Amino acid sequence: MSYICPQDLNVKAKEVFADLNNKQDSLKAKERMQIPLQEMPVLEPKQRGTNQEEVAIGFTKEQAMVEAMRCIQCKNKPCIKGCPVGLKIPDFICKIAEGDFQAAADIIQQDSLLPAICGRVCPQENQCQLYCTVGKSLKDIDKAVGIGRLERFVADWQRKNKTAVIPTIAKETGKKIAVIGSGPAGLVVSADCRRAGHDVTLFEAFHKLGGVMRYGIPEFRLPNDIVDYEIANLDKMGVKIVKNFVVGKTRTIEQLKSIDGFDAIFIGTGAGLPIFMGIEGENLIGVFAANEYLTRANLMRAYDTEHADTPMFKSKKVAVLGGGNVAMDASRMALRLGAEEVNVIYRRTIAEMPARKEEVAHAQEEGVNFLELQNVKRILGDKDSKVRALEIVCYELGEPDNSGRRRPVEIKNSEFEIEMDTVIVAIGNGSNPLVTQTTPKLKTDKRGNVIVDEAGATSIEGVFAGGDIVLGAATVILAMGEGRKAAKAINKYLKN
Amino acid sequence: MKHSITFKKQLSEAVYMIKVRAPLIAEGRKAGQFVMVMIDEDFGERIPLTIADADVAEGTITLIFQIVGQTTQEMSKLNVGDALAVVVGPLGTPTHIKKFGKVVCVGGGIGIAPLHPIAQALAKAGNEVTTIIGARDKSLIILEEEMQSIANNFIVCTDDGSAGRKGLVTEPLEEICKQDKPDMVIAIGPPIMMKFCALTTKPYNVKTLVSLNSIMVDGTGMCGGCRVDIGDQVKFVCVDGPEFDGHLVNWDNMIARLNAFKPCESNCRMHKAADKKAEEYK
Ligand SMILES: Cc1cc2nc3c(=O)[nH]c(=O)nc-3n(C[C@H](O)[C@H](O)[C@H](O)COP(=O)(O)OP(=O)(O)OC[C@H]3O[C@@H](n4cnc5c(N)ncnc54)[C@H](O)[C@@H]3O)c2cc1C
Ligand SMILES: Cc1cc2nc3c(=O)[nH]c(=O)nc-3n(C[C@H](O)[C@H](O)[C@H](O)COP(=O)(O)OP(=O)(O)OC[C@H]3O[C@@H](n4cnc5c(N)ncnc54)[C@H](O)[C@@H]3O)c2cc1C
Ligand code: SF4
Ligand code: SF4
Ligand code: FES
Repeated sequence: MSYICPQDLNVKAKEVFADLNNKQDSLKAKERMQIPLQEMPVLEPKQRGTNQEEVAIGFTKEQAMVEAMRCIQCKNKPCIKGCPVGLKIPDFICKIAEGDFQAAADIIQQDSLLPAICGRVCPQENQCQLYCTVGKSLKDIDKAVGIGRLERFVADWQRKNKTAVIPTIAKETGKKIAVIGSGPAGLVVSADCRRAGHDVTLFEAFHKLGGVMRYGIPEFRLPNDIVDYEIANLDKMGVKIVKNFVVGKTRTIEQLKSIDGFDAIFIGTGAGLPIFMGIEGENLIGVFAANEYLTRANLMRAYDTEHADTPMFKSKKVAVLGGGNVAMDASRMALRLGAEEVNVIYRRTIAEMPARKEEVAHAQEEGVNFLELQNVKRILGDKDSKVRALEIVCYELGEPDNSGRRRPVEIKNSEFEIEMDTVIVAIGNGSNPLVTQTTPKLKTDKRGNVIVDEAGATSIEGVFAGGDIVLGAATVILAMGEGRKAAKAINKYLKN
Repeated sequence: MKHSITFKKQLSEAVYMIKVRAPLIAEGRKAGQFVMVMIDEDFGERIPLTIADADVAEGTITLIFQIVGQTTQEMSKLNVGDALAVVVGPLGTPTHIKKFGKVVCVGGGIGIAPLHPIAQALAKAGNEVTTIIGARDKSLIILEEEMQSIANNFIVCTDDGSAGRKGLVTEPLEEICKQDKPDMVIAIGPPIMMKFCALTTKPYNVKTLVSLNSIMVDGTGMCGGCRVDIGDQVKFVCVDGPEFDGHLVNWDNMIARLNAFKPCESNCRMHKAADKKAEEYK
């Protein structure tokens, strides 16, 4: 697909809009399906490859209204099933088509607390949009109604026009809740419990809030301003925020209860343990976990060499191992930090990559190479212990495995060497161990994830958990959904 | 929380001692633990520093640091009344303190600072403590009185003989291993010193703990930047350490990794120094 500049997209949208606007009410489903899908306007690939600016610019008013008109308002609303928080999708889209963005925002707010974020980072093609009738009828899931883009449009509109109202807080109950971790799960629990009138304190280990939304997902995909905006709302609601506080170290869960008098605790500490491949050469200079690479760049702002004290590794030829969102973020960041060549190395093919399609496409446009059906066997170093090259082995696709994806099978004697000076390992994260190790009574599974019941309650009374620490590395919206559920359970628990 | 500096003292040319307010850390810390410090929340770097001491009543912790780069340089310019933007901890696994019997504590240079609370705790647990401290010359020896006051035997070494014995700390360490085999040795100092202490005790089969000072970002087990090879396992210094069995550490890799950012660091500092010069000429 060739690049179309935002201006042209908008001119086209305006034409379509002028044509449709008067006959909106009489449009038949078939006619709606013929309305051209609205592409997300993005920065020019070469220009964006050198800075941290957000790549996706967002719909214009006309684009949003045209895209909204593509929705045929299905009676059975299949899209809602695909959304982990059950957003009333057709209802808010209908309001966009009518041009009543405030009404659309009000509908979204009933179910989602972070629409500006979810609209940007949800893997929509596997969630809401997967079930969309329009996509199904056109036999192309990429032609489904752009639910995420519309959600983002409304949230951005509301932020720009400052129409959000701080939710009303119920009468103070005097009950104290500690929320551990300021990722999406923790933010939602804080808001929902505060709304019920409880005295909520949010503890965060880092010096900045937002969890992975801050230190993992880069600025060019999710600007910090948006995360800051959501957090400012918590502050206005009266949530107490304590940064630089590591639960399990500064205070244990037990101490939060016995010394500080918290009546209920929510653990939302996320999946913060980088997994390595366990291959030769992994500790050479120039091998990074994606977590380290992205944290240096995002949280520590090492991309800003003028101001930041945290150094960034200077790379020429970078290999990124993995095929998920993390790998896409790391590879695109490496390009932006000045690498001459960035290669994503993946055992299967692009079609099997777990990353969002849009991210893979953006990475390709920006010039990231994809080495499919290959894997790294060894990392080779020079005399100074620096990465010099990789030994690669080739694969082919065999029979489907349990997950339904075709299993990659190693091709014998296919090894070869390629020169690299940097390797970023992005093959996944395990559960954060700090809280679980210091809370012996907390039941966890083999992988270190906290075990909870359907309501989000752990094995310790009054202690709840949710998000990646329960699910393993998952998604923002699932973490949010878990937070919602746990907050409900906490509010109920504190009533008794 | 404002981490005001309540006390400051220069210990040697490039080494400073400060006390900072951090009541919860003062209360909870144990020997062997460290904090992550930032001097600026927006652009600062997170650096690990050992908690050298703590005063629970006053709500302060003591940090002793040596100027090596940007952050420590800036920190040395702060005075009583100024504050650190971030102090988070106590991090790391505390030293396993018990009665071992005869222990030898070896400290080199700035490593004497982290060694102090450990030697203190070991003495308190009823061990017979021999302390060996060493530095390049007399002016670089810190905490001499404090270390002497908790040791049963006390030995000072300098490379040039300007104080105590002339020579390296490994020499008296070897003599002790030969004459009166200790039950445990703990060595903290420059990596090269720790490496040779471990090599010295190995033939005598004396358990030797070392405290690794790898490069860190978060200090909470999230980034993997501090990883080291311990035997055939990969460990994270910030959560599994900082103390490890010195006989199992892959020293060459650990030392190499300390230099990972050297070219970038100096670039960035040169850059800033040049800017400053330009500013002065204006
Ligand atoms: C690079 C990257 C890209 C991603 N891209 C996407 C995407 O495009 N779409 C998507 O839906 N998902 C994406 N994800 C996954 C998504 O970000 C996570 O699933 C989600 O953030 C999990 O939320 P959480 O609230 O459970 O935890 P987190 O966001 O991990 O937050 C946990 C917080 O708890 C803090 N914490 C941990 N331990 C302690 C402690 N002991 N005391 C105090 N605080 C503590 C941490 O510092 C952190 O701030 C991505 C993840 C990464 C790493
Ligand atoms: C657990 C732990 C405890 C520590 N305790 C103390 C302490 O009590 N007192 C003290 O003075 N120092 C201590 N250190 C070392 C201290 O963290 C570093 O000296 C500091 O990070 C340097 O920061 P900087 O910005 O001033 O220098 P930078 O500009 O970051 O670095 C200057 C040079 O030192 C190298 N370097 C970076 N980090 C380290 C490191 N961790 N160790 C050695 N060299 C490094 C870099 O490659 C660079 O070339 C400790 C380190 C660890 C891991
Ligand atoms: S929150 Fe995510 S899954 Fe739900 S409607 Fe929005 S984009 Fe779709
Ligand atoms: S499935 Fe698609 S077309 Fe149907 S209501 Fe949902 S968004 Fe609209
Ligand atoms: S410093 Fe990041 S894992 Fe240890």
